[in-house]
Amino acid sequence: MTQLLQQIINGLSLGSIYALIALGYTMVYGILKLINFAHGEVFMVGAYTGYYSAGALGISAYEAQHRDFPVYLGLIVLVTAMATAALLGVLIELLAYRPVRNAPRLTPLITAIGVSLFLQNAGMLLFSPNPQRYPAILSEVRFEFFGVIVTNIKLTIFVVALCLMLGLHLFVQKTWTGRAMRALSFNIDAAKLMGIDTDNVIRSTFAVGSALAAAGGILFGLDQITINPLMGVLTGLKAFVAAVLGGIGSIPGAVVGGLLIGLAEQLTAGYLSAEYRDAITFVILILILLLKPEGLLGVVRVEKV
Amino acid sequence: MKRTLLRAAIFVAVLLVIYGLGVACEAGFTEYVQRIVLLAGINVILAVGLNLINGTTGQFSIGHAGFMAVGAYGAAYVGVQLAPVAHRALGTGAVSNAFSFNLALLAGALFAGLSGLIVGLPSLRLRGDYLAVVTLGFGEIIRILFNNATFLGAATGYFGDDPSGLPAYTTFFWVYAWVALIVVLIHNLTFSQTGRSLTAIREDEIAAEAMATPTTRLKVTAFAISAATAGIAGGLFAHMQAGVRPEDFRFEKSIDMIVMIIVGGLGSISGAILGGIFVAVSLELMRDLQQYRLVLYALLLIVIMIVRPQGLLGRRELYQLFRKRKAGSGLESSR
Repeated sequence: MTQLLQQIINGLSLGSIYALIALGYTMVYGILKLINFAHGEVFMVGAYTGYYSAGALGISAYEAQHRDFPVYLGLIVLVTAMATAALLGVLIELLAYRPVRNAPRLTPLITAIGVSLFLQNAGMLLFSPNPQRYPAILSEVRFEFFGVIVTNIKLTIFVVALCLMLGLHLFVQKTWTGRAMRALSFNIDAAKLMGIDTDNVIRSTFAVGSALAAAGGILFGLDQITINPLMGVLTGLKAFVAAVLGGIGSIPGAVVGGLLIGLAEQLTAGYLSAEYRDAITFVILILILLLKPEGLLGVVRVEKV
Repeated sequence: MKRTLLRAAIFVAVLLVIYGLGVACEAGFTEYVQRIVLLAGINVILAVGLNLINGTTGQFSIGHAGFMAVGAYGAAYVGVQLAPVAHRALGTGAVSNAFSFNLALLAGALFAGLSGLIVGLPSLRLRGDYLAVVTLGFGEIIRILFNNATFLGAATGYFGDDPSGLPAYTTFFWVYAWVALIVVLIHNLTFSQTGRSLTAIREDEIAAEAMATPTTRLKVTAFAISAATAGIAGGLFAHMQAGVRPEDFRFEKSIDMIVMIIVGGLGSISGAILGGIFVAVSLELMRDLQQYRLVLYALLLIVIMIVRPQGLLGRRELYQLFRKRKAGSGLESSR
């Protein structure tokens, strides 16, 4: 029982990171019907931006055990990384995706794979292929409830992710841009006819999605302790599966899917074997494609000629 | 009857030419160049096979290295098991080697084709992008499985029971005989009625379905064939390397394959052949630039997609380039 609870807590904290990344996939897919393969790399760049900006602020990987850094420094790191990633997302959209937006479906997909590959390898050249120890922005404090260990890091991850998701929800539901985004995902041509500047809305979608991925990157670094330039590949894929599981195009679906994937992964690692923690995601993907391809919270859309 | 005789004559002639070229290649080139020539042949098989699904049918696999791995391990394992049986039955000469080699390759192709079926059945019912993700995941899972499969040598790789590794069955003759066979088979398939249906799926799946094309069945079949050819290439690769290691089939390998078919032109068989040769040669030329290679490939992919998304040849075949284009006769789509 204690072990189960422990796995659930770890799973929720990991899952909330997946959920943050999955939101970017689902938003872009909802509007452009494009699997943004480069999204995992934006997550990676976000993590590295956090790494370097924390370094610039004097937070190193080892000192933190003796010193406590004020919370606002952590927030500065978070905001810097989110802003950089948002810029990167907009640049990717502008330079790579916009020229091929109206091309046949495979062209943007291949372009996205190209961008992803480019960022991975540019990352290896710039950041070195070796894993880096993540700066300890928070020094670990353990709480114990009935034998279940909860660290302040896991709690922070969960709370920060929750706040960001809440922010996104408000943004999409209450602001003008958010409403335009929903209009675009409903019908992009009709939205254009209603006088919406679609280019601008697509740009903001990439900016918002990338910023969330960057936040995910920093939380991931805190959680997993090391980062490397290829971290975005597997994590990105898992987050994509989370988006598919929840119903691609659906924002609450991405959150639910992310949490479920995180839980499934932790439970597999805890009860079956740690070697299969990565494989379970793809088993889920194949099952969901077979049984309920529109996802848990997705709507069935009839393809029209 | 006359046609059959003619075909048999052409068949024998082609084999003789390949054999002659093989002798010439072994006499005229250094071992280093010979290796590149063999790799180019293996690449051509990979590219032509992948092109059937990515180019002709318009689906998208980005995990073909996984199928290649299945074929490589399958052929290596079966080959090792078969060799003693073949030696007992046929002696230790070239005939016995050829027998167990080709049977092993077919077994590898069968395994790869079956895994293609397993992967394709659920994902090909849906939009193509899902297939891309499923194949990517499959490629990773396969590598994880081989990495942990102790009877196949786990992370060190499978080298057979002999300390010198797998027998080096892969010669110029066998590589190019398989190249010829697969190119002809895929060419005939592409230009058959089934091939037209596959093209119809690429152009407009809903319209194809309305014309009573069994889209899912055809897509899955094409996918399994494509996986099987990757399996053949894997088997040839395994017996060239004297062993198979899981890291030979990383995601980069799938990307190499995609570069092959995109440079040449998605949907063009001759384009795939050129692309396969291009990648084999450029890999060698860029050997010193290892760490920049994938950056360059990635940029190449993006630039081709933006500037000339149809690739070098588009969907035309090489021999169609020199033919006058009649109005409305092309395979070229309107887009």
